[in-house]
Amino acid sequence: MAPTRKRAPGFWPLALLFTAFVLFLYGPMLAIFVLSFQGPEGGLTFPMRGASLHWFAKLWEGIGVIDIGAAFRRSLALGAVVMGLTVALALLAGLAYRKRLPGGTALFYVVVASLIMPSIIVSLGVGLMFRLLDTGLKALLEAHAPELLEAFTTTMGLFTSGLGAQLTWTLPFGLLIMFAVFNRFNPAYEEAARDLGASPWQSFRHVLLPLIGPSLVGVGMFGFTLSWDEIARSSQAMGDLNTLPLELQGLTTTVTTPVIYALGTVTTVVSFAVMGATLAILWLWQRRRQ
Amino acid sequence: MSNSRTSAAFAWLQAAPLTAVFALFFVLPLALVVMVSFWQASEYELLPAFTAQNYLDVFTGCPVTADGDLCVTAKTYLSTLKFGVLTWLITALLGFAIAYFLAFHVQGTLMQTVLFIVCTVPFWTSNVIRMISWVPLLGRNGLVNQLLVGSGLVAEPVEWLLFSDFSVVLAFVHLYTMFMIVPIFNSMMRIDRSLIEAARDNGATPWQTVLHVVLPLCRTGLIIGSIFVLALVMGDFVTVGVMGGQQIASVGKVIQVQTSYLQFPMAAANAVILLAVVLLMIVALMRLVNLRKEL
Repeated sequence: MAPTRKRAPGFWPLALLFTAFVLFLYGPMLAIFVLSFQGPEGGLTFPMRGASLHWFAKLWEGIGVIDIGAAFRRSLALGAVVMGLTVALALLAGLAYRKRLPGGTALFYVVVASLIMPSIIVSLGVGLMFRLLDTGLKALLEAHAPELLEAFTTTMGLFTSGLGAQLTWTLPFGLLIMFAVFNRFNPAYEEAARDLGASPWQSFRHVLLPLIGPSLVGVGMFGFTLSWDEIARSSQAMGDLNTLPLELQGLTTTVTTPVIYALGTVTTVVSFAVMGATLAILWLWQRRRQ
Repeated sequence: MSNSRTSAAFAWLQAAPLTAVFALFFVLPLALVVMVSFWQASEYELLPAFTAQNYLDVFTGCPVTADGDLCVTAKTYLSTLKFGVLTWLITALLGFAIAYFLAFHVQGTLMQTVLFIVCTVPFWTSNVIRMISWVPLLGRNGLVNQLLVGSGLVAEPVEWLLFSDFSVVLAFVHLYTMFMIVPIFNSMMRIDRSLIEAARDNGATPWQTVLHVVLPLCRTGLIIGSIFVLALVMGDFVTVGVMGGQQIASVGKVIQVQTSYLQFPMAAANAVILLAVVLLMIVALMRLVNLRKEL
């Protein structure tokens, strides 16, 4: 059979490479999804010894001393806060860059530097900062309110040092997306709104926001998923209570049963659910507009 | 003009929350790392000082110890650098090929977008899970070894597939090729298609077109991707830890271990050195490519 359309030279080798690459990307993940349904007798590798939800039940009971449920809820809460702040702060800063912003270039370089800075350095720095803060506060309490010293432990935590460390990772992505959005944004819509007598707030609320809304949903997805899986920047900055990915990383050396695959499956399902929800929102948005 | 001044003030008001986050959680911590790298520490507290002792300790016995071995720091950096260069080479080649396929061979914007998203979705899932997902494939009793032994190619299961240099590089490529594909693809989509036609009309072979037209025009994307990959690998401690079975050294891992033992001044000194090395690499990378363009 003669080909209906002649492909450019190099198409088939590259198509083969692409297929192999996609298999390489998704194949291993698929393997642990399948293995997380391993029977109670089964091990870390194939073959499957029956199929069961045994390892998910085990996961529900908790792994050793680690309360997976609590870590799950902590990560979910932190992810939600990071998502909200990433959207709000990136949007505000994106709006600022549309105006004259003296010194904006310097700020931009700081943001880009944060993106490519080895995460362990940022994490060490944030951890160090809060430790020094603790020392300072303890000295202060000792001098002025010794009765409070007993109750004070640390300023480090999920929503202080942890949140800050993660924002240095999610905000650069958010800001870069906002730049891309506003570069393509036609200011004629806002001018029309202004000519028709809209106040700056009305023009923002009723013209700009609906137009860039889908991109903000995208920024939100970046914020949540990046926080949900974040390890490197959080590692030295979380304090006493760990997030789910940090627990997972610790478990890789100690756990030798498929329960770790079950945890992997649950975590990935959340990531995919967020991506799916993003797509669904975008699709509904598109439909409502038509 | 007061009008433009109020406008600038309002703009800064809008940028203030983001600026505050980076000042407080990025610039200040980095300054503290530099400061503490000159401090001393007892077993349970940090002692303000101004000493280069931490840096001297990092380079104890460098470049060569009395036994004729390389010092620990040099070994660690060489090992990390080896991962960096290998990963960079493979991701650059692979990323370029994949991006080229997407940009020039796939027809139609919808198909392009779908395939592009297929390549980027794993980026939004957990790195650690993507690492441990190699265990059932590469382990001693893993799928690859089952196949190799089953087919009679090897008598004993191959040991170096997992928790080895090989598995570390494999995981890096698995995780970070995306960081090459996206910027290179972005550069390729901006290339004026008539340039490709012009090259063909002038008798260039497809290979020549790629080498002399597409590649130079992808310079920016390639540099951005390279910076990402090198910075990620040089500072890594998670991948080397998990995929190396916690047995392989890397600069990031040294910093992480020292931090967990609360040796902050030492960890800070190592962080400053790592930062200097990464910055040098980025500068060199940009010079190298600029220079070649000028020749």
